[in-house]
Amino acid sequence: MSRRPGFVLEVDKSTPPTLFWNGEGFTLETLPEGSRVIYAPEPMKALEDPYGAIRHALLHPVGDRDPLPALLRPGMKLTICFDDISLPLPQMEAPDIRQMVIETVLDMAAEAGVDDVVLVAALALHRRMTEPELRHALGDRVYDAFAPHGLLTQHDAEDPDNLIYLGQTDQGEDVEINKRAATSDLLVYVNINLVSMDGGHKSVATGLASYRSLRHHHNPQTMRHSRSFMDQPSSELHSSNWRLGRLIAESGVTVFQIETTLNNDTFPSNFAFLQKREWEWSLRDRATYGATSTALAKVPPRLSRQIFHSIRSPHALASVQAGEVEAVHALTTANVWAQQGVDVEGQTDILTMGLPYICPYNVNSIMNPILVACLGLGYFFNMYRGKPLVREGGVVIMRHPTRPEFHPGHHPSYIDFYEQVLTQTVDPTEMHKEFEESFATDPWYVHLYRTGHAYHGVHPFYMWYWCAHALAHVGRVIVVGGDAKAVRRLGFSPASSLNDALEIASDVVGPSPTLTHLHNPPILMADVH
Amino acid sequence: MSTLLFERSLPRFAAARVVSSFGSGRGAGIGPLRLVDRDAPELPTGGWFHVDPVLSGICGSDLATLDGRSSRYFEDIVSFPFVPGHEVVGTVAADAVAADGQTLAAGSRVVLQPVLGCAARGIEPPCPACRSGQVGNCGRVGFGHIRPGLQTGFCADTGGGWSSAGLVAHESQLYAVPEGLSDTDAVTVEPVACAVHAVLGAPITDGDVVAVLGAGTLGLLVTASLGHLAASGRCAAPSALLVGARYAHQQRLARELGCTEALPPDQLPRAVRRLSGSLSYGGASGTTATLSGGADVVFDCVGSPESIAQALAMVRPRGTVALVGMPGRVTLDLAPLWHREVRLAGAYAYGTEPGAGAQDRVSTFSLAFEVAAAQRTGRLVSATYPLSRFEDAVAHAGAAGRRGAVKIAFDIRKGTSR
Repeated sequence: MSRRPGFVLEVDKSTPPTLFWNGEGFTLETLPEGSRVIYAPEPMKALEDPYGAIRHALLHPVGDRDPLPALLRPGMKLTICFDDISLPLPQMEAPDIRQMVIETVLDMAAEAGVDDVVLVAALALHRRMTEPELRHALGDRVYDAFAPHGLLTQHDAEDPDNLIYLGQTDQGEDVEINKRAATSDLLVYVNINLVSMDGGHKSVATGLASYRSLRHHHNPQTMRHSRSFMDQPSSELHSSNWRLGRLIAESGVTVFQIETTLNNDTFPSNFAFLQKREWEWSLRDRATYGATSTALAKVPPRLSRQIFHSIRSPHALASVQAGEVEAVHALTTANVWAQQGVDVEGQTDILTMGLPYICPYNVNSIMNPILVACLGLGYFFNMYRGKPLVREGGVVIMRHPTRPEFHPGHHPSYIDFYEQVLTQTVDPTEMHKEFEESFATDPWYVHLYRTGHAYHGVHPFYMWYWCAHALAHVGRVIVVGGDAKAVRRLGFSPASSLNDALEIASDVVGPSPTLTHLHNPPILMADVH
Repeated sequence: MSTLLFERSLPRFAAARVVSSFGSGRGAGIGPLRLVDRDAPELPTGGWFHVDPVLSGICGSDLATLDGRSSRYFEDIVSFPFVPGHEVVGTVAADAVAADGQTLAAGSRVVLQPVLGCAARGIEPPCPACRSGQVGNCGRVGFGHIRPGLQTGFCADTGGGWSSAGLVAHESQLYAVPEGLSDTDAVTVEPVACAVHAVLGAPITDGDVVAVLGAGTLGLLVTASLGHLAASGRCAAPSALLVGARYAHQQRLARELGCTEALPPDQLPRAVRRLSGSLSYGGASGTTATLSGGADVVFDCVGSPESIAQALAMVRPRGTVALVGMPGRVTLDLAPLWHREVRLAGAYAYGTEPGAGAQDRVSTFSLAFEVAAAQRTGRLVSATYPLSRFEDAVAHAGAAGRRGAVKIAFDIRKGTSR
């Protein structure tokens, strides 16, 4: 049977309650009749021979790029950069795609007699990965061959000795990236393109950049004019990265881009109900839901967090393409949309979403309130092409516990941001002006970013800017089931139940609003007409 | 006449100490404080005048005394029985003379400067501290023609503010209340003077990061004083004035009074770290995290072992911790103080402060009047009680923060509370 495309359900009397993610748990909600629920397409068929497909892609590149073996020669300097812990979500079952691709690239390099090879985790301003995380991404063989010799590195955006300034775009954007990568004879970048925003010129221009460079597009102005991040022609973030990427190319940096897409087979079999449509739940699915929900309600958040973060996704390789950056990315983008796109007619007054336990920035960590806002308004809200799912002035209702909890090792500047910035302002432009630089240059945050496993000091600002488009677009944001004080700190309205939230929303959208629920994950992108 | 009298009674003292361990101020009813009928004290000598209190505040040091938590250091510089109450606004019963030599007509409003220095004690020549105008540092508070007592309110011969019978005050203790200053503003002048003295005694320079620990009366008044004195050019202007305030109303008041940020005490070190651009180390295994840099000046307006330790952990090397809140016996790790050459300085009472000219001195109280008027410090007076409800008043003062209050005072004129 062929896979079914995405689907928009109209809720009627016979519709069973709808699953809402709720952090480290989930709940069933009865939506008003006439509401719409958007379901993701079913998973694409996995490539049967991933290693073979990868090899084929490297030997048959797209765009103006020779096959990889033709670019490799003895005595050359080769740098292989790869996406960090933020992708994919959840972490995938071993072997990770990065491992499969890098092993193949290394085999070809070895065959060509290349000795000078360095691996670089493209962290941008993200936290450094731990050894287990690197081992999971790269496999033990690669890790053990490189790490002990200092040849497995993690990009350090604060290391002046390993950054190189390449110039300024015609828009005045500074381009400063990883020196080793930029001065190599060949830079191979290994992507996992979970959503259409990932990859392309963003890989190098963002993943290997310094704060000096990143600040030109990670700011409220750019974010507010990215409508959406997933819709490349309408994304200022995309445009800026393209300008930077082209300057990098003009500077003589040769990039061999490898992009991979995954199918959206997101959860293992014991959580299969999470990616099924509720009316298709089997008795076993219902029993699993009931038992899991009951058990999760009884365990402390710390334990349920551990349970969820131990999930390894059965994501499978759906496509791989390699070659010149822009040509590769055009194919990748089409493949991502083929997996995730759902046609939706018209906007809605109220957009509801259940927020899960994970986002790109809390893998093996805690989803703090700022990340909750970012996941809902930065990511889920932006999962559209054409028009936002919710109309201008409409309401977003999110479900998440939104506990004021932080991982002190991973998110130290988030704590201060929550205590010292959000108490003063929730306006992205104002905080950008008043607070950003002091956080970005704070020596303590810099120290923790460089030597520990902390996100850069400026990172919570970026997460808030990520929400800028949604904050400017919607009339109200309501969080159901969240810690009331934390929710108010974010500038949102707390509600104890979905019904309460709808009551609150009626002040903004009237008594008979239209409602659309984004049934995500598995990840879907709405093509709104 | 109703008077609250504090008598030396070891059993009652012990009982108050036990009961107050369940909450400050709870032991007033069974402690050494009793409501008695008593006449005004006699004038000791010439230069003394009768004062009829109007409002008299309950201070943290009063609470410590009533709770049995005061340091034994004070045993030889108080005399029993005494009438508490050293934060006083009242009226002179007859024509009198003020500290500045001004004549006061009977009924004039005055604020009491309660320290009983050499002048009040008839000691000639005065001690070096009194001679230099630093009456708070008087070395003769246990001597002279009145019995020991560092202040009115702790001396058996002077009476105190918690009495409708009145008290006696030496002319060196009387300050006329400016017209237009309300009684509630005026009753805060004495603690404002403490705050002014602490602020002007601290080595603050322009651009400093200053932290205030605690946002009870003293913490808020240090905030108010620093805000006003810096704005009026009497002291340097810090770049940041951070206040650790546990309760929402304290945070609101601190902001109103001019701080840069008011935040819960556990968040204060993080804010100091960020604003001072410091690194941090320690904090694991239950130790206190110490900042590599830190605040230039920390005002500890609590005086507990925990607050002093926190102050030492967030002051910069060679910085100053000013102890404004009255401490008692504490156990502290002084290694950081030694290693970082931190100056730990007491800040008690008042005297004179630097004036406009290099040699000029101005009385702390005159500056305190200025601050009280400019900042309307009477807003900190949350409730007043008649003397007859002293147990409720003391309990309210002991739980002021939790109950949304700051300063509790006795209203000596009336029989109702507001």
